Amino acid sequence: MPAAQHPLDRRYRYLYQPLVFIACLVPLLGCIGGIAASSGLAFVPGFSLGTDPVRLVLDTLAKTALNLLLITLAITPLRQLSGNVQLLRLRRMLGLFAFSYALLHFLTYLGPYQGFSWHEIAKDILKRPYITMGFAALCLLVPLALTSTDRMQRRLGRRWRALHRLIWLVAALALLHFWKMLKHEYAQPLMYASLLAALLGWRLWWRYRPTRARSKFGPPKVQEKA
Amino acid sequence: MLIRKPSDIRPSQITSEAAYLNRRDFVRGALAGGLLSAAPVVGAVDDSAPTTTLPYQPNPNFSLTETPNTYDEITHYNNYFEFGTGKTDPAEHAEKLRTRPWNVTIAGEAEKTGTFTLEDILRPHALEERIYRLRCVEAWSMVIPWLGFPLGDLLKRFNPTSKAKFVEFTTLYDPKQMPGLRSSVLPWPYMEGLRIDEAMHPLAIMVVGLYGRALPNQDGAPLRTMAPWKYGFKNAKSIVRIRFTEGQPRNTWNSASPSEYGFYGNVNPEVDHPRWSQATERHIGGGFFNNGRQKTQMFNGYADQVARLYQGMNLHRYY
Repeated sequence: MPAAQHPLDRRYRYLYQPLVFIACLVPLLGCIGGIAASSGLAFVPGFSLGTDPVRLVLDTLAKTALNLLLITLAITPLRQLSGNVQLLRLRRMLGLFAFSYALLHFLTYLGPYQGFSWHEIAKDILKRPYITMGFAALCLLVPLALTSTDRMQRRLGRRWRALHRLIWLVAALALLHFWKMLKHEYAQPLMYASLLAALLGWRLWWRYRPTRARSKFGPPKVQEKA
Repeated sequence: MLIRKPSDIRPSQITSEAAYLNRRDFVRGALAGGLLSAAPVVGAVDDSAPTTTLPYQPNPNFSLTETPNTYDEITHYNNYFEFGTGKTDPAEHAEKLRTRPWNVTIAGEAEKTGTFTLEDILRPHALEERIYRLRCVEAWSMVIPWLGFPLGDLLKRFNPTSKAKFVEFTTLYDPKQMPGLRSSVLPWPYMEGLRIDEAMHPLAIMVVGLYGRALPNQDGAPLRTMAPWKYGFKNAKSIVRIRFTEGQPRNTWNSASPSEYGFYGNVNPEVDHPRWSQATERHIGGGFFNNGRQKTQMFNGYADQVARLYQGMNLHRYY
């Protein structure tokens, strides 16, 4: 790509992208350190998962997945506001991290939490709406992860964008999964719900915005690429 | 009569207070000398905890042989929403609670009612240790060495009348000491109730300690109930009021979400919570890979003692 020559582009490729990559790994490394410490596999100073390590790992992975989903959805508005197309480089990585954390959360539920008792797991997924919703969200993320490559993006063309709008459904399901799991605590789910609503509101406003605002924020500054 | 009158005990038999207070040093010395090395160690006790030791007798007739959870687990994994909804919130915030002076009001269908000091409430009762299972409605469990006395022994002192069909327990409501009360997560104050025959059952106890020490605030100091065949939420903590009633008392979780929490709250692996199965539970205390998932027992394993209380009742309806 000729755009790779631009200094901003290089800064993203060699500095911002690796930094975001490392930041995304922090919760996972925290969990691994904590598991090592609580299993007596290694003495890891400063790491402790408390009395219920399974629950804490389960919750940490889930929360990280949800945070990353919302950050992924915030990339487009940030690009529209700043006119910085390079931000799109981060979007795929953030989305794939969100998927990875959701998958690890599910694996933790299967093994350490349920002890691979498939009967209980099947009953949970079929009978408990909040688990059904979480499972559906994870399933819907699979095609998005599989079609995240440049090649698939080119091959699917316009259909790629339509397919990847599924992320909104995934975010809504993930949020409901979180909400219905809690006992009568609404503060956190409400915060996530308002963030999601704000992001969706921005997209709608952007699409149907009056022409004056259109010229003010402009189309992405393509001339930077020259 | 096997029961000794006070005059039967010679003064020389009574352990001096100094010797009594030093008995931990004696035990420690004995441990160091290898005297007790063959004795089972039932979990680590954190000696830095600022709690008082209490005199008690173990009651093996009412105790499990299972290994109790550690003191640290029992005091750092609590549901006590008055101090916050997180499991470690009570350990962090319960320090602010002042448990002396403490008064308990006795009200309702009894001959002796009024307000009593905690000392008056406790004075006649000898403490015993009972190692009980605790099963939380959230599908986790522990084994806890409680110190307490039969709840029935306390209730009988107030001469409940024939109208007393239920007993209601109310937890302290004091937003100054309990930061969790600022949240409207539950309709405060926390209230629970038992049928009078449940409350008088020999398994039901009033708890004042655990692991040989005064009850830590986060576990419900200074006074809480424990009916081990019921889910944990059926036990009120930091009790300030006991009322004998003719009608079934309101209980807080049932008011908050009637389809999820009933009045009875009996541990029952066959009646699922709407959002999760109650067939199994995670025993707290394993690591990450040994998760302690185990089958939940009918009435939490106390069916032989308590099943008769519910004969002929549809337990799917009265959950």
